[in-house]
Amino acid sequence: MSARNPGVEYDSSWFDNIHVNLPAVKRRAETLGTRRTVKKQWQAAWLLRAVTCIDLTTLAGDDTPSNVSRLCFKAAHPVGKDILKAMEMENEGITVGAVCVYPNRVADCVKYLKAANRPDIPVASVATGFPTGQVPLKTRLEEIKMAVADGAKEIDIVINRHFALEGNWRGVYDEVRMMREACGEAHMKTILATGELGSMVNIYKASMACMMAGADFIKTSTGKEGVNAILPVALVMVRAIREFYQVTGYKVGFKPAGGIRSAKDACTWLSLMKEELGDEWLSPHLFRIGASALLIDIERQLFHFVYGRYAAAHEIPMS
Amino acid sequence: MAETVAKTSKSNSNSVKEIFKTMSYGPAPEADNVAKAWLDDHGKDFGVFIDGKWVKPEGRKKYLTKNPATGEDLAWTTQAEKADVDLAVKAAEKAYQSWSKTSPHVRARHLYSIARHIQKHMRLFNVVESLDNGKTIRETRDADIPTVVRHFYHHAGWAQLMETEMRGWKSVGVIGAIVPWNFPLMLLTWKIAPALAMGNTVVLKPATYTRLSALLLAEVCAEAGLPPGVFNVVTGSGAMGSMLAEHPSVDKVAFTGSTGVGQTLRRLTAGSGKKLSLELGGKSPVVVFESADLDSAVEGVVDAIWFNQGQVCSAGSKLLVQEPIYEKMVNKLKERLTHFRVGNSLDKTMDMGAIVDESQRKSIEEYVEEAKKEGAEVFQIKDSVPSGCYYPPTLITNVQTVSRVVAEEIFGPVLVVLPFRTAKEALAISNNTIYGLGGSVWTENVPLALEVALGIKAGTVWINCHNLFDAAAGFGGYKQSGYGRDGGKEGLFEYVRPAWEERPRPGKVQMDLKTFGATLPQRPTFENVDNRQITINGVTMPSIDRTFKMYYGGGQKRPDAPYVRPVINPDGKVVGHVGEGNRKDVRNAVETAHAAAPGWGKRAAHNRAQIVYYMAENLEIRRDEIAGRIQLMTGRKLEECVTEVDLSIQRLFHWGAYCDKYGGGVQETTLYGATVKIHEPVGVIGMACPDSYPLLGFVSLFAPAVVRGNTMIIIPSQNYPLSALDLYQVFDTSDLPGGVVNILTGDRDHLTKYLTEHQDVQSMWYFGSAEGSKFVEFASAENVKRTWVNYGLERDWTDPEQGQGEEFLYQSVQVKNIWIPMGDIFAN
Repeated sequence: MSARNPGVEYDSSWFDNIHVNLPAVKRRAETLGTRRTVKKQWQAAWLLRAVTCIDLTTLAGDDTPSNVSRLCFKAAHPVGKDILKAMEMENEGITVGAVCVYPNRVADCVKYLKAANRPDIPVASVATGFPTGQVPLKTRLEEIKMAVADGAKEIDIVINRHFALEGNWRGVYDEVRMMREACGEAHMKTILATGELGSMVNIYKASMACMMAGADFIKTSTGKEGVNAILPVALVMVRAIREFYQVTGYKVGFKPAGGIRSAKDACTWLSLMKEELGDEWLSPHLFRIGASALLIDIERQLFHFVYGRYAAAHEIPMS
Repeated sequence: MAETVAKTSKSNSNSVKEIFKTMSYGPAPEADNVAKAWLDDHGKDFGVFIDGKWVKPEGRKKYLTKNPATGEDLAWTTQAEKADVDLAVKAAEKAYQSWSKTSPHVRARHLYSIARHIQKHMRLFNVVESLDNGKTIRETRDADIPTVVRHFYHHAGWAQLMETEMRGWKSVGVIGAIVPWNFPLMLLTWKIAPALAMGNTVVLKPATYTRLSALLLAEVCAEAGLPPGVFNVVTGSGAMGSMLAEHPSVDKVAFTGSTGVGQTLRRLTAGSGKKLSLELGGKSPVVVFESADLDSAVEGVVDAIWFNQGQVCSAGSKLLVQEPIYEKMVNKLKERLTHFRVGNSLDKTMDMGAIVDESQRKSIEEYVEEAKKEGAEVFQIKDSVPSGCYYPPTLITNVQTVSRVVAEEIFGPVLVVLPFRTAKEALAISNNTIYGLGGSVWTENVPLALEVALGIKAGTVWINCHNLFDAAAGFGGYKQSGYGRDGGKEGLFEYVRPAWEERPRPGKVQMDLKTFGATLPQRPTFENVDNRQITINGVTMPSIDRTFKMYYGGGQKRPDAPYVRPVINPDGKVVGHVGEGNRKDVRNAVETAHAAAPGWGKRAAHNRAQIVYYMAENLEIRRDEIAGRIQLMTGRKLEECVTEVDLSIQRLFHWGAYCDKYGGGVQETTLYGATVKIHEPVGVIGMACPDSYPLLGFVSLFAPAVVRGNTMIIIPSQNYPLSALDLYQVFDTSDLPGGVVNILTGDRDHLTKYLTEHQDVQSMWYFGSAEGSKFVEFASAENVKRTWVNYGLERDWTDPEQGQGEEFLYQSVQVKNIWIPMGDIFAN
């Protein structure tokens, strides 16, 4: 595992002359899923890998300890024991990548993951006025610190769209830099809210600004925008990650979030990472999928792999 | 509960645990059981499909078709002989009697039904095509077969609309279609869909390596209810292809394939009165500017050169990269090839499959080895390629325009990369080729993209994409990439002829092609000279001698070799002299025509119109004088001659009107964006005028070509050239730029010979003898120039249909389609 990205000095020349051709990006995105596929045990293995990359998420106003507890137990046991055993994977410690909640639920998560005997599963907290970020910087930074204090090991921050849309990339950079400091040891995922950035060029610039400011991950969206994790956006972001890596030697992770629901989609996303960034980006330390319903579909596919029959929804424990 | 269900999975060396660690790709094979069962249905032994049924003639040789990906034998197919070709053509001829008279609506229903039935059997087509050709199932599934279906639907529409959209045109007859192996089903569809839509019947010869999908289609068409004989498939050797092309009852040959074979077919059919369309080779540029989205351009290169193993006539095989980003682009491409997958064509995870045949693989290898010897840097990831008939995707640098791999079509997954400094230089390198099929431009700078797209001399230019095809946009070439278009309305013209015209059947024209056009200039005559006199103040004296000169580059020119040709009227009197042009005059005139071409082509259409109207105005001022000259030469009645002048003036108005009304249009392809059809000039056109109507014939030919931006060298009526020479004074007073219309007088066939043999003349129009027509078509093969000849037949130039029909526009333009994808909005 390589060193954490410490960030670099702001330098707009890294993206001043960037060009992104959306139709061509879309064309590549459309063929990602048609050029590659995995079948049989490859599919099963890939799906298990996808499980380990899931940030199992609940981000709702009505979250309470009871549903968060259910989420944490599911995070610790994401796939049925019988299924894992049939694949000889029962001793591999398969869990999801993290659980992802609002700051107020971080303490609950820490508690329930301990209860589920998997305190090692990181708790990720959204912060900084998620999902819009339209609150004062002071409270945004304070929120990070409180979540970390409550035990969050990962912080998913949102960038300042006001600055981004005004072209104030220096402003975006400065804020994220402060957020990174506020995170301390906690890893920082920067949510670009790509569905609100207006253009692919802005997405590339936002990606670069965040990576320069020390992002550990760049993340597509909050799940609350009109357009969330889509492959064309992902392509632009992972290409920025590749460029950043080639220039600085630091590997930044990628997290698509929102709208990834099917097992087949999960394989396509893994394929995207493998093709564009390489095998190292197929691990939870560099790839996460923010999702809630996805896990159930993956488990159903694994059920089919093991038993040769399609599972009923009620056979799969809900999260 | 889960435990109640029996387990079916087994662990093996490729265990889940292992793969979980490596995250490797596994095999994802498409099942071939149904395709194999179809082969078994035929006992793995196919006859030919004629008149709606399978025919298995006795005693024919057989060809064993193989799966190039595995070397596995697939089936035996028939090597048809002359008798089989005769049978098929006869069936097509018979079917033509009713099919050509079938109402457009009924023909539309048939084509629609074919599209439907192909969709019903889609998976079978996907698999058969992949097995037979070695291309990936991904491509047959996502590109080849969907394009086939789309073509039949689109052309069902053209069948339905023929009477309104193709008014004035009629079907041709029996089409002999000869297609290659790279897109076996797709390219044959590009021939038969428009052919059937326009009321023709077809005999198809598929390529030797890839016959199965054509045979399957024949069966499916029969299932779809297509009447027997409308579509026949005959398999056989190249010699059999020649038999088909030469068959007297074949009215048109439609060919896609190599430039060499195209040239052979041109020579074989020369002078026969058959129509011919050729879609040939290419060496298409991919031009990447520093203002491009480089990562997207990398994927564009994948689409351009590693689509179908590079066995694509429009493959973007010549990558031109602007200097500041050259290194970066090359590095990105190399990185891209590290995760490029080559393997069994039925495996759904492959980027490339097998090369069609070992001989083709060897040919590719030879090109690359030769380049290596010349010092080229060859980048390949060899480990990624399985053994067998495969070739790795290849990137070649350190080569230049003189390198064979840069100049020639390799027809394999081999990309050469050259740097360039400026857009102008990029265009120069792009066009420094005998080919002109496709090209792509990569930049986010819109004015640059459009200018370069227009500047690339090719039938299709893609902006920020490459190798997109659609039935609504014609595909075909400039220069030695051929002529004619497949697809779009422009493609229909290859399968129709003007309604007034019968197919010319000059029979076997016996002639010596070597001595054609030999001439011996005339010597002085003093008998029978019509020495004109004038009386001034009661004094009779000789009229001042008028020397008619030739005209090129905007000036009156004496012949290179000062010999003279007398103009003799029907009474045998010499009424004037014109210069006797030779090959050096041709050379000079072609040079001036080329010099004038770029400027004339860029003139605003309005400006061209003004000039043509002005010609009409100036011609009318001299109406009586020029009518008199026609009378002097031809001895016709004066009023007839005046009518000829008046019709000529009308014709100038007719074509002047078309100056700004035939520029092209927007094609309704599946692209999100605009596919723009541009009617570009053909280039420099040679024209030999008929003797009948010495003025009207001349005007009828040059005017449509001039309005569409061509420049030309025109040989006026050999016997009656004087009135055409009067026109150069009209040109001079009408602001026509020098070099646009150039007039050479002399022996029509002598000048025709040198015009046709000139490598930089793009088209030759010839209205003379059957022999001359044959010569023009035969000699045109050398540089694959377009031709338009009359096979020695007269047409009535006074008749609007015959003298100013849509075919004049067709002959005056070549179609370029520019694909312009759009979009920057994806969310808020």
